[in-house]
Amino acid sequence: MIETFKLIAGILILLGAFLFLASTLGVIRLPDVYTRNHAASKSTTLGVTSILIGTCIYFYAQHGHFNSRLILAIFFILLTAPVAGHLISRAAYNTNVKLWKNSSEDDLEKARMAKRKE
Amino acid sequence: MSFQILLNLLLAFTWMFLKNEYSGNTFTIGYILGLLILIVFRHFFNERFYLLRVYAVMKLVLLFFRELLLSNIAVLKVILKPRLTITPGIFALETKLTKDWEITTLANLITLTPGTLVVNVSADNKTLYIHAMDLADKQEAIDNIKNTFEKAIMEVSR
Repeated sequence: MIETFKLIAGILILLGAFLFLASTLGVIRLPDVYTRNHAASKSTTLGVTSILIGTCIYFYAQHGHFNSRLILAIFFILLTAPVAGHLISRAAYNTNVKLWKNSSEDDLEKARMAKRKE
Repeated sequence: MSFQILLNLLLAFTWMFLKNEYSGNTFTIGYILGLLILIVFRHFFNERFYLLRVYAVMKLVLLFFRELLLSNIAVLKVILKPRLTITPGIFALETKLTKDWEITTLANLITLTPGTLVVNVSADNKTLYIHAMDLADKQEAIDNIKNTFEKAIMEVSR
């Protein structure tokens, strides 16, 4: 039983590490701030979550010690990570960082132009 | 909702005082009996019976985790593809939600949906500007997802 839990914990931690690696690759590969933000804000959120869950399961199985701070940390990260991603992309947009050249449409730009005309 | 929960707690404590036993078990039994009483008297409250709303919140949380998983798979697919074939862009989404916390929840959910990221919320809280990773074929699918989110949030706040 303990072995099974340890196996699950190991898989979760490896999965989290893999997600981190993938999101790092995404930050390097993707062309502009906004698409990079996609990679950074989503994959790392799930990566941290799965590593923390794995750690929690490991300590519970191995030492019989349930650490509630890990659960709290998951909760905080799930709440704050999307807000951070939103704020970074918003700050980038407000300081006129250009979209990638292949971007097809930009409704926010249109809305701002319409407002300036009024 | 909070009034009904408080009333239920009060009933549970009353049960503990009636039984003259002050333990978790008695509290639980009192709470369940209080729930039954609240179900019987549900027509006297202005709002719905509160467990329905608790159920809606739980559904929202489950939806959140499902979307988190799906969005990660979608992002991984884009990143690990040998060639970049995406067409990103920003589109506007009208929302029917009015309260601040509802819009915040919707924005957080959208940020964690497959391939979308909220860039700006208009000053009158009516339009969300969303950056999408792949605008070409997903516009309609994304709108569908928004409808499920909006509906789930409305289910909670109704």
